[in-house]
Amino acid sequence: MQPFEYASPKTLKEALALLGNGWSDAAVLAGGTDLVSLMKDEVMSPKRVVNIKEIAELKGISKTAAGVRIGALATVDEVMTNPLIRASFPALTEAARGVASPQIRNMGTFGGDLCQRPRCWYFRAGFGLIARHEGKDLVAEGDNRYHAIFGSGPARFVSASSFGPALVALGAKIKLASPTGTREVEAEKFFVAPASSDAREVDLKPNEILTEVIVPATGARNATYEARQKDALDWPLATASVALTMKGSTVASARVVLGHVAPTPWVSAEAARAIEGKTVTAETAEAAGKAAVAAARPLSMNAYKVQIAAAAVKRALMAAAGVKA
Amino acid sequence: MGPGAVAITLTINGKPMKVSVEPRETLLDVMRNKLDLTGAKRVCDRGTCGACSVLVNGKVMYGCTILAIDAQGKQITTIEGFALSGGRPHPVVQAFVNNDAQQCGYCTPGFVVAAKAFLDANPNPTYEQVKDGLGGNLCRCGTYVGVRQAVLEAAKAMKGGRNA
Amino acid sequence: MPEYRWPEMSKRKVMGKRLSRLDGVEKASGRAKYCSDLNKPGMLHGATLVCPYAHARVKSIDTSEAEKHPGVKGVRVVAPAGTEIQWAHWEVAFVAAETELAARDALKKIKVEYEVLPHVVHEADLKKVQSRAKAAGEQIEGDPDQALKEAAAVSEGFYGIPVLEHSCLEPHGNVVSWTPDNKVELNPSTQAVTSIRGDMARAVNVPAANVHVHQDHIGGGFGSKFQPDRWGVEAAHLSKAAGGRPVKLFLERNVEQVIAGCRPSAFARIKLAANKDGKITLWESQSWATGGFTGGGSPPIPYVYTRIPNQRKNHSAVSTNTAPIRAWRAPNHQQASYLTCAAMEDLAAKMKMDPLELFLKNVDLTARADTYERQLKKAAEMAEWKKLWHPRGDAGRGPLKRGLGIGVNTWGGAGHDSTARCNIHPDGTVEVELGSQDLGTGTRTVIAQVAAESLGLGVNDIRVKIGDTNYPPSGTSGGSTTVGGVSSSTRKATLNALEKLFEEVAPALGAPATELEAADGKIQVKGNPAKSLSWKAACAKLGVKTISETGQNIPRDAPKEGLNTGGVGGVQIADVTVDVETGIVRMNRIVAVQDCGTVINPKTAESQICGAIIMSICGALMEERIMDAITGRMLNNEMEFYKLAGIKDIGEILIHLEIDEANDKRGVIGLGEPPAIGGIAAIANAVANAIGVRVPVVPMTPMNVLNALSGRMS
Repeated sequence: MQPFEYASPKTLKEALALLGNGWSDAAVLAGGTDLVSLMKDEVMSPKRVVNIKEIAELKGISKTAAGVRIGALATVDEVMTNPLIRASFPALTEAARGVASPQIRNMGTFGGDLCQRPRCWYFRAGFGLIARHEGKDLVAEGDNRYHAIFGSGPARFVSASSFGPALVALGAKIKLASPTGTREVEAEKFFVAPASSDAREVDLKPNEILTEVIVPATGARNATYEARQKDALDWPLATASVALTMKGSTVASARVVLGHVAPTPWVSAEAARAIEGKTVTAETAEAAGKAAVAAARPLSMNAYKVQIAAAAVKRALMAAAGVKA
Repeated sequence: MGPGAVAITLTINGKPMKVSVEPRETLLDVMRNKLDLTGAKRVCDRGTCGACSVLVNGKVMYGCTILAIDAQGKQITTIEGFALSGGRPHPVVQAFVNNDAQQCGYCTPGFVVAAKAFLDANPNPTYEQVKDGLGGNLCRCGTYVGVRQAVLEAAKAMKGGRNA
Repeated sequence: MPEYRWPEMSKRKVMGKRLSRLDGVEKASGRAKYCSDLNKPGMLHGATLVCPYAHARVKSIDTSEAEKHPGVKGVRVVAPAGTEIQWAHWEVAFVAAETELAARDALKKIKVEYEVLPHVVHEADLKKVQSRAKAAGEQIEGDPDQALKEAAAVSEGFYGIPVLEHSCLEPHGNVVSWTPDNKVELNPSTQAVTSIRGDMARAVNVPAANVHVHQDHIGGGFGSKFQPDRWGVEAAHLSKAAGGRPVKLFLERNVEQVIAGCRPSAFARIKLAANKDGKITLWESQSWATGGFTGGGSPPIPYVYTRIPNQRKNHSAVSTNTAPIRAWRAPNHQQASYLTCAAMEDLAAKMKMDPLELFLKNVDLTARADTYERQLKKAAEMAEWKKLWHPRGDAGRGPLKRGLGIGVNTWGGAGHDSTARCNIHPDGTVEVELGSQDLGTGTRTVIAQVAAESLGLGVNDIRVKIGDTNYPPSGTSGGSTTVGGVSSSTRKATLNALEKLFEEVAPALGAPATELEAADGKIQVKGNPAKSLSWKAACAKLGVKTISETGQNIPRDAPKEGLNTGGVGGVQIADVTVDVETGIVRMNRIVAVQDCGTVINPKTAESQICGAIIMSICGALMEERIMDAITGRMLNNEMEFYKLAGIKDIGEILIHLEIDEANDKRGVIGLGEPPAIGGIAAIANAVANAIGVRVPVVPMTPMNVLNALSGRMS
């Protein structure tokens, strides 16, 4: 790691004052499960690290009039074991359970999960978000087995966020604070496919801190399905999070969001259209899964992910609707 | 603070330890290089293998991924803090020995720490729960069969100790 | 001379018992000090600079800024201008400094200019790397063309198994000091305590007698830690330059995963032919492999079924710009077992024959027909083959498909050259000393069990001292030769010492020395236990003399002595379930039937087998070195995408170790490697059985499984 200054402010205001206008000025340290590795690999070398774990207002999970408020510092374990979340948002509980290491669950935070950088091995080796080397598109021409099957580039990494797809499906709102005030971003708009290596994968500015997420209680039936090779700590190959508003046994409206298959959580309007107005069965769920991947544009090595993504959609829909396989 | 060295005090196994660290030094490296607490090992150094497991305020975490300076003010427990008391092995340690849940032993302290934390929170685990509960630790020699049995045996032994 | 043979199985008091390993508490409590744990007074920390390019020439290297960096005490360049670098992460320079931070910071100040050259890092497509391939001559047996003409069934396939990295949890490295009196003190992470002394002495041109090695524990070796390596030698030079201060230099994980050891790949097109009864008549293979830049890696095929009457084999070694191989647990056997057993299972499927029948029918083509026949049947029984096996493509409805597959192993494992010394002190304490090492195989414990058995004592009465070159020389821990070597040398040393004790004690017991025996903590007259002295009282007769006797296992003489031999076989059957929608393979169970000799400690022996099987699961399902064609680098040189199985990924493991009187008579045989061989074959075959098609390239990742199912090229 490069040397850096360290601060551990007790209030949000102090913390914001310590951030800068450029990404290399300062970095926010929450659980550290991504930032510390990034700094060890010198992919990120901020001049100052601002530890926000002492800031009380960023902690906790509570019921609000609108739904549930999840503080940015809520750990993955706190999210996984929280009864409010389990009661209304099993999609989030399941996403948390998918982080198969108790150590990561104890250290990693909700906000950190949303802001984490991609796992793309070219990015982590220092070749940039839009990885290039001697004029070559490293992902497109190289080993892209774990990369995106949706999107037209130039970003080809996949979003690594566990909670992102579920929050997008649930219509959550993400709150950001800056020295000049606060703003709210819809989860779907928070994740952005960058066009250059200088940009970021999320709508976050260098002088902003993600403070909390509000998940509205809409009564939607929701679930997350994750396809992951190892049962132990491992990155998913594809996930799907769905939220269904039911009318009797029919789906009145659906949100189907795929994870780990695109630079952002991937909203599938096609899958939603395929299941809306129908009862969820193995057949209709399978058809929705196929619809979800109809527009997939796999790279040279990751066509296999298309099928896994379709299976994830099918299984998430069935889980949400309570239909057994 | 920093970027140069800063004098901090870490509370490790109940004892205050004064040490000088740069902000960029991890808890693991400070423990191993400056405090001779070498039970926790540096293997992957990226928070994926668990050989560096320590307890922070009772919760199991990866020491390689915690900045030492960030560990101030917290109760840190290492394997050295509980594995032997008066020369007698902790029930988890004894169960690991009884079930040969180790070979080269390099991952073992990490497993023992993770197992203790798991059992403190899950005193009566099923076989499936044991398998789910230790997903953050890796072993190259392949001691998992012994580890599973050890954790189940330790659960019984620890309950026995509490007049359960 | 005493009778060295092992006591009868039924009479053993300590040998053959399931004792917990003696260093168990030390290790599990975190008290055990590995060489990577050492903090010595005045110790400096080393760091390694590596080249980022897979093929390059060093044009210039300037270390002047690094040398001036605060805390730096030395810089050594190993790739000076003009060096042609042949793989990424080739060592370029080493730095020693007061702290690790200073050493790593100084690395960044070393200025290197490279001329980047073209590289080749993928060997799977032989046509693409033909210019880098060196063919060994064609080998022919019998009349392959005729056999092909007469065959009733022919099966052809392509099979591949990639390069794997050793991934020892304790990285490679040493603590070393080279003091002004020209003495070298070495604390390595090594499988070769005795021989590394001579290797280091030669490398730094210091008399061997001036080099001392000490290692209490090693965190994994698997065949990759025999040498001091360039970084050990350079650390010694750095120590010398710093006036003899110890230098601690262990590799960072991202370098460890690249240059500290790997297992060669193997690719092959194999044709098998059989007559209508399923007797295999022809083996034809075109195989190739990479062992890194210098090539190498030739799997012994056909494996176990070596006596196929007609054979035609062609093998090429491909040179790639990748780091060199090192011995892997059972070198070349995993690959050979996979290639052979996969081809056989495919032949069985083609003939619509139960593969168990095919493997059984052809046991006369092996060197141990009776053994393999017995083991195949036993494994099949334990795996519930009759109940669970089904023909390929018939795995029932739904996306979850279950399947079974077979893999076989063979290995040597006879004891290496080892000398032990047994000291019996007048106060009754006993030491057994060997310049050996315990990789986690339980060596310390089996030495104690043999010594205790021989002296009529308990294991806690024996102080085992290993890991130091002040003790008598013992072989390297490779080839599964340790247990045979150290148990035999310990047996001899302890009985030689006991004989001397008998001579001292005989007058007090009024019997000739030849009529005495040691049992139950006493020295007594044979057949007259009332005439005895306690061990302590007997040793007190020594007065001020310490008995110190050695014993040696000499491999050439071992067969007639009967204490240790080599040659075991084994069979494993894997039971998997594949989700054909996601391609994810789950282990249900692996059954292992393992031939053995005298088993000194069944508990630690079973641990070895479990561990070997788990290594196979990793290799079969998820482990592989992934190279990038464009940058020439390893993409997964960490432990995140270089995947190792976790505690839930292994399913159940059922072991049948063939401990019985007949096997016991063969003496001690090493077991570290044989069970590490056939698991990949068994799992690959189980997957083929489950999903109905062969996944040609290991590992059975979702990508490879789904590609095979949909006919895509991997």
